Amino acid sequence: MTSGLWELVLQGVWVTIQLLVLSALLATAVSFVVGVARTHRLWIVRFLAGFYTEVFRGTSALVMIFWVFFVLPPAFGWQLVPLWAGTLALGLTYGAYGAEIVRGALVAVDPAQKEGGIALSFTPWQRMRLILLPQAVPEMIPPFSNLLVELLKGTALVSIMGMGDLAFSGNLVRLALQESAEIYTYILLIYFVIAFLLTRVMRGLEKKLKAGVGKTAPKSGTVTPEPAGIGGAR
Amino acid sequence: MNWDWNAVSEFMPHFWDGLLVTLQILVLGSAISFALGLVWALLMRVPSRWVTWPVGVVTEFVRNTPLLVQLFFLFYVLPEWNVTFSALTTGVVGIGLHYSTYTMQVYRAGIEAVPVGQWEAATALNLPLRRTWTAVILPQAVRRVVPALGNYVISMLKDTPLLMAITVLEMLGEARLFSQQNFQFTEPLTVIGVAFIVISYLASLALRALERRLVH
Repeated sequence: MTSGLWELVLQGVWVTIQLLVLSALLATAVSFVVGVARTHRLWIVRFLAGFYTEVFRGTSALVMIFWVFFVLPPAFGWQLVPLWAGTLALGLTYGAYGAEIVRGALVAVDPAQKEGGIALSFTPWQRMRLILLPQAVPEMIPPFSNLLVELLKGTALVSIMGMGDLAFSGNLVRLALQESAEIYTYILLIYFVIAFLLTRVMRGLEKKLKAGVGKTAPKSGTVTPEPAGIGGAR
Repeated sequence: MNWDWNAVSEFMPHFWDGLLVTLQILVLGSAISFALGLVWALLMRVPSRWVTWPVGVVTEFVRNTPLLVQLFFLFYVLPEWNVTFSALTTGVVGIGLHYSTYTMQVYRAGIEAVPVGQWEAATALNLPLRRTWTAVILPQAVRRVVPALGNYVISMLKDTPLLMAITVLEMLGEARLFSQQNFQFTEPLTVIGVAFIVISYLASLALRALERRLVH
């Protein structure tokens, strides 16, 4: 591997990280909006939010990426920059999985907490902001951490659309060297290192947030990983 | 936005071909992941660090890296080592291997959930280790984890389009081929998108029914 090829790989890492950060932000926003909407008191809001999660969890992330790249431009007449198209497809898809995490954590808060808020005549928005979310958010971190790793793995899909991310740079190097074992091993290792760093950061965050509500994080960080497509358990 | 029903009806024969390949991948991939996951889970219980450590590292690595790159690895590297499979076989092995690292966690949880009393009873009855596993522990553990395994089948369904990247013509591959030949992207992509939603929704309903039957 020459230094020029390494530069290519580094550019790929940069694109992957950009895509990861942007789609993680979008997915977080979507998960909180949709997840909170699923606990709304109006049935129509709950229904729409449920419909959203059902549709976006039901379809494949790669099909969604194809759809955003090929169907949106002619249908609505706007063409997105590849980075934003990738962000949109990944953020909406993984946001639907995140919404289930948010909903699950909100439902798991002790009902007495909510009743306390009602007794103190808090408005629904105050209850959500001051009572439910501060207690629910620390519980969301371990599943969100798994989802983040799934999202990192999902970013590789954009390489199929020709975006120059890490997986794509691997293909370029393979074509340049006519040899694939070495470069794909490196690419897999880089992904593994990024995933490892992400889980570390999330574990630190969990500790900090749990300390804020007077709990301690579980010692051994063994959270059962769930794939992005967990279907049942609603 | 213009929707062309003729394109839909022209695409349908290709769609059924693709659906067949997708289901093939799903069935074979699940079989591999169920079997291999059990092997990993059992190996992780061998009381020797020399076994558990390498198995743990390898499965952790496979679980935390993208399936797409793993598929590329298998597809391009194996021929360099003079092992040649068809693209479909490579894809099925790749997806089965990837998901086996998830199912192993499911089995592990199932095995750990078997009450200690069952182990003690097996010891008291002087059952050999093999019989303890096959007749006492696994039947109880596997029954518990069937719904969780089903969830992984559904998520595997949603990862089957990745095999398109290594030239397998499953649903998305057929849709892309059709689009490129006819310059009509909207209809085939929407048809398979809806197909994925319908299949995974039906599968999750079936799974919930199965869960109820197993629990009661």
